[in-house]
Amino acid sequence: MNGSILYVERLTVDFDGFKALSELNFIMDEGELRVVIGPNGAGKTTLLDVISGKVQPTSGRVVFGRETDLSGLSEHEIARIGVGRKFQTPTGYGGLSVRENLELSLRRDKGVFATFVARLSPSQRDEIDRALATIGLAGKADQRAGALSHGEKQWLELGMLMVQDPALCLIDEPVAGMTAEETDRTADLLTALAERRSVLVIEHDMAFVRRLAAKVTVLHEGSVLCEGSLDEVQRDPRVVEVYLGREREERIRAAH
Amino acid sequence: MLPALILVFVIGLPALNLLPSEGSLWHVSDYTLNLFGKFLAYAILALGLDLLWGYTGILSLGHGVFFCLGGYAIGMHLMLEIGAEGVYGSALPDFMVWNQVTALPWFWRPFSSGAFALAAVVLVPGLFAAVFGYLTFRSRIKGVYFSIVTQALALSMWLLFNRNELNLGGTNGLADFKTLFGYSLQDAATQWWLYVITAATLVAAYLACRTVTRSPLGRVLVAIRDAEGRVRFSGYAAAHYKLFVFVVSAALAGIAGALYAPQVGIITPGKMGVLPSIEMIVWVAVGGRGTLVGAVLGAIGVNWLRSFLTEAYPDLWLYVLGGMFVAVVMFVPDGLAGLPGRLARWARSRGVAPELGAPAVARRPP
Repeated sequence: MNGSILYVERLTVDFDGFKALSELNFIMDEGELRVVIGPNGAGKTTLLDVISGKVQPTSGRVVFGRETDLSGLSEHEIARIGVGRKFQTPTGYGGLSVRENLELSLRRDKGVFATFVARLSPSQRDEIDRALATIGLAGKADQRAGALSHGEKQWLELGMLMVQDPALCLIDEPVAGMTAEETDRTADLLTALAERRSVLVIEHDMAFVRRLAAKVTVLHEGSVLCEGSLDEVQRDPRVVEVYLGREREERIRAAH
Repeated sequence: MLPALILVFVIGLPALNLLPSEGSLWHVSDYTLNLFGKFLAYAILALGLDLLWGYTGILSLGHGVFFCLGGYAIGMHLMLEIGAEGVYGSALPDFMVWNQVTALPWFWRPFSSGAFALAAVVLVPGLFAAVFGYLTFRSRIKGVYFSIVTQALALSMWLLFNRNELNLGGTNGLADFKTLFGYSLQDAATQWWLYVITAATLVAAYLACRTVTRSPLGRVLVAIRDAEGRVRFSGYAAAHYKLFVFVVSAALAGIAGALYAPQVGIITPGKMGVLPSIEMIVWVAVGGRGTLVGAVLGAIGVNWLRSFLTEAYPDLWLYVLGGMFVAVVMFVPDGLAGLPGRLARWARSRGVAPELGAPAVARRPP
């Protein structure tokens, strides 16, 4: 064990009375691949929003690495420190080519002037080519990112994370809307991504979660319900209650 | 496209103006040259506006303000150059005598230095944009809200500059300039040189903007246009980039205003308000936003049409302007500059080898 990459302590996010996160505690080891699951509204995306600086917590704190407190930092500062994020709906930069998308994401000085004079070094060029090969878009490197298919956009986003090279990757629903084949490829990409980095994944697709073979954290109503292997949490009666209870409610609602 | 534009406007027009006027079919009159000098000054502003709107996706409806700040900066120097040659024979500009101002206001004094005035042409609009941009971009005011705030800026600055108490000539602005750095503005040679300087400045501004759009910085600007929220998570402080572009475009607008004022001979708050600011947007939209050549073509083309129509059919102009804007937005969103590609695609889609499955050709910066 190398110590924690992420230490979340008594985190509360209050949206005008609605507690999206409530006294949430969460620890992730360096180099770990972790999956967070939970029913809709459990606070999964809000957790990523707080870690990446999009939402400021009402109370509590997030510590990155050994002692970097992320509270009060803005999104670009957190990104520069080494936290990368892939959103649920892949956006990319539609007006730029696939290669330009990757170039823009490279880990380098991102000040206005430094960017103006930046030129690609041979090693950066190789890095981009490697990422293109890994995500299988080498043949489409000069195509406009906006013209890619949904699955390809997801992979481009993963490629952008690879060249951004953050110590911690936050990945929101990587296989939503993908075909079975695409899902398989994405699982391989994520495993590759996790080889050298800590990765936190939010996912609904249980078959996919099983493939990742990682520790699972279940969120419910803004706090951690339980943690363990997928089999363990699936056997946990509280988890069954949370998921089945919801199903039961939905069945009742559908019957009406 | 660029070499053709340079050939016509930078070399062609001023050269043809030097031909003897009698009996020469190719002679360009002083009047026409002066007219195009004005259009080229507008084109400099259009370049900055395009960088801001076409590339970064920030729609400013207040660029008339920055244009006028540049125009007034040089205009104040020109007023002081008149000295005691004015109607009232006073060292003060005529409108001050008329308003019973007895001493030159403090903020006028440094403008007696030509070097100061030239620096102010860039610095006053630049600093003004820096403060305004810092406050708005820091608060993440964007999209239509930013446009509304800039429109309010245009309106309030127009109201302010119309007031005589500001000691900037009120509604009548600054006019009746006599000399520029000692050269008579009534002299055709001075106006010829002003045209050449404007054309050269336009080329320099074009090349500078192209250097920006072709650099990685230019790609970050496009990324901000396409997905501002995402850019931050790639580690870019979007607000810094937006501030940079806003200041650059304001400075270009100021330079444009400073080249406009001595050629036209007057600068008034009328160029500052909401309507002229919106007209500037139409130049860029018609020419083709997101392409620098389009912005230049649009500024020259629309104003050429304007000067023709306001002479021939004065009542028609505003309808044409509005109609043009609607037509461009609905039928050719990428403007005149995108028209050839659009026609080619259309021809191909009806031609012998239809490529219906092919993706649309990406619109790329030049």
